[in-house]
Amino acid sequence: MTLLDETTPKTAGDMVTAGRASGALPTAPSASRPAAPTSTSIAGALNAALRDALAEDPNVVVFGEDVGPLGGVFRITDALNAEFGESRVWDSPLAESGIVGTAIGMAMYGLRPVVEMQFDAFAYPAFEQITSHVAKMRNRTKGRVTLPIVIRIPYAGGIGGVEHHSDSSEAYYTHTPGLTVVTPSNPADAYSMLREAIRSDDPVIFLEPKSRYWSKDVVALPVQTAPMTRAVVLREGTDVTLLAYGPTVKIALQAADLGAAEGLSVEVVDLRSLSPFDDETVGASVRKTSRAAIIHEAAQFGGYGAEVAARITERNFFHLAAPVLRITGFDIPFPSPKLEEHYLPTAERVLAALDTWEW
Amino acid sequence: MSQHYFMSDDVVVPTLPTTKPIRLLSEAGRPVTGAQTAGFSMPDSDTLLGLYRAMVLARRFDAQVTALTRQGRLATYPSALGQEACEIAAVAALSPQDWLFPTYRDSIALLTRGVQPAEILASFRGDWHSGFDQREHRIASQATPLATQALHAVGLATAAKLKHDDVVALTLLGDGSTSEGDAHEAFNFASVWQAPTVFVIQNNQYAISVPFSKQSHARTLADRAIGYGMPGYFVDGNDVAAMYAVISHAVARARSGGGPTLIEGLTYRMEAHTNSDDPTRYREKSEVADWLGRDPIDRLEKYLSAAGTLTDEVRESIATDAEALATATRDVMNETPELDPLELFDHVYSAERPALLEQRAFLAHELAETESDPAAEHTEAEMAARA
Repeated sequence: MTLLDETTPKTAGDMVTAGRASGALPTAPSASRPAAPTSTSIAGALNAALRDALAEDPNVVVFGEDVGPLGGVFRITDALNAEFGESRVWDSPLAESGIVGTAIGMAMYGLRPVVEMQFDAFAYPAFEQITSHVAKMRNRTKGRVTLPIVIRIPYAGGIGGVEHHSDSSEAYYTHTPGLTVVTPSNPADAYSMLREAIRSDDPVIFLEPKSRYWSKDVVALPVQTAPMTRAVVLREGTDVTLLAYGPTVKIALQAADLGAAEGLSVEVVDLRSLSPFDDETVGASVRKTSRAAIIHEAAQFGGYGAEVAARITERNFFHLAAPVLRITGFDIPFPSPKLEEHYLPTAERVLAALDTWEW
Repeated sequence: MSQHYFMSDDVVVPTLPTTKPIRLLSEAGRPVTGAQTAGFSMPDSDTLLGLYRAMVLARRFDAQVTALTRQGRLATYPSALGQEACEIAAVAALSPQDWLFPTYRDSIALLTRGVQPAEILASFRGDWHSGFDQREHRIASQATPLATQALHAVGLATAAKLKHDDVVALTLLGDGSTSEGDAHEAFNFASVWQAPTVFVIQNNQYAISVPFSKQSHARTLADRAIGYGMPGYFVDGNDVAAMYAVISHAVARARSGGGPTLIEGLTYRMEAHTNSDDPTRYREKSEVADWLGRDPIDRLEKYLSAAGTLTDEVRESIATDAEALATATRDVMNETPELDPLELFDHVYSAERPALLEQRAFLAHELAETESDPAAEHTEAEMAARA
């Protein structure tokens, strides 16, 4: 698969980690893994998180399509099958509802399954199991049966993927009570948030921005960043708050750089957790800057940005100097590879949107 | 390439089941011999008497709950009248450590496994989604989305296998649900992973109003098993002796590492789908009358009476127990459950969420206002009267 060999150039945004930005400190290095800072990609950090979780807890199992000897089409499970064996990491039949449905039974029995949906749009066959069972089991059993399942989903575009390989499906999950939905934007968060998701007693939809898989930071693993349910201020500013998550965090940071050159002080908040939404961190930032814009790849209508804009407006209306803006994909199916550049939000588009405000 | 962990050394070579259902007891209650037994033997008389007792209790319970539903005590109740042989045989074939994955129609299976009537009926009376403790009874919540629970059973059985625990998971399915994709995925995953699990399809011949002929063009649903590389059995689902013998065999096979089995019990849904259904729109009365003559309790009663196992004294004792169960069910369903609306927020997540606490506080405030405002109560009473 050619898309696996694609690399993403390092940008200024890559150098910022939530851990540093939030002031969180790495955990003490374990004896087996001395904390030598090394250049680590998101893919590598996710792989390390799975390895450490498998080593720490015998109840953690990893299964899905091609996650065995191949190591997954994105190599996130690279070498785990060989290291932990077929009883811990294995290839399942090619059926997403089956993968999530059997993970439910395993979790009922005390395992902590981490399953992979190969691509965003390929997770749709599992939608019934996710919305009717994964999300509701704890509630319908009055808390007696919890499902500590992590459903990893590579999502969003920017990799030149053919159709059905680039969906931003987050709103389907955030609209479902009972799910926790998180998405990291950098290697340190990728490691820390995946470890936390696996330790969580509640099911977690773990959205991995596939265009960012190969972006690197110098990170000492294991690392613990801010709690996965909290947003983090990545860059402080006073004029406007840019809210972003997953693949668009890089866009927000680029926009902040461009804005700075024009004398605009931009605050960038990495939401990290889409459900729950961190009203506290976002509200504090918006009340400081009086202006907010949300950036995502998904289509605009009924998208995650609509909820963000509504919440900010409801809770901070009298602090706002301008309407909350959304810089998003168009309300069309995700385009073909040669046209996706016209669809995806860019830093220039963000600044152009900010210019529509009366300053 | 590493040896697949789940792969059994003994490759099963299944054969197509016969289209004549496996049977141990004729409709007249006489023992069947020869090819139609498929080599299965009649369970001993103590076992049969136990099955008889459970079926009588289950039928009385089912009839009582249907009556209570007609009186408006329950929001809905999907009856299993006529399907007692499948339901009770499945439960009886399991050991205490095994798990049962039932559907909404299988309330009498829960009853037979020891769940209290009030706990079984909690969801049908509308007071909570699942009224019983899954882990205590080793019964999953009754599944409403069809066939989804079959995958849960395969997952649980696989987890037990990975932990080297002696646990079998049995799924109850209906004929309609076998058209769902999850049924296929469950059969396939179970066979590929050689999960210690048993699928019991109760072919009651109707999915609400849609007859089996519009559900499948296969000779039998048990025919599907061969395609998944597992054994399949087509059984007279109104013959509790045959159902018990075949399911017990499948459970033992799963327990010994032999993998999954697909069993189809051919039976009939005597009642409507639920109280809101009208079967006169889609089936003839003569068809129902015909199936009355194949009643599962009646034929076992004839057999046990002829064998001298079921004396008048035992029959009366069972009937007394059945009446006591019906009375207890009536009494408990006549109580009005105490519900706390604020509990709606308590079990959605294990960790507290600020936004949910805000909504909980909103509802708490609303409840407090209603309580302290007689005018509000008055208005509500008026609205109820108008409704």
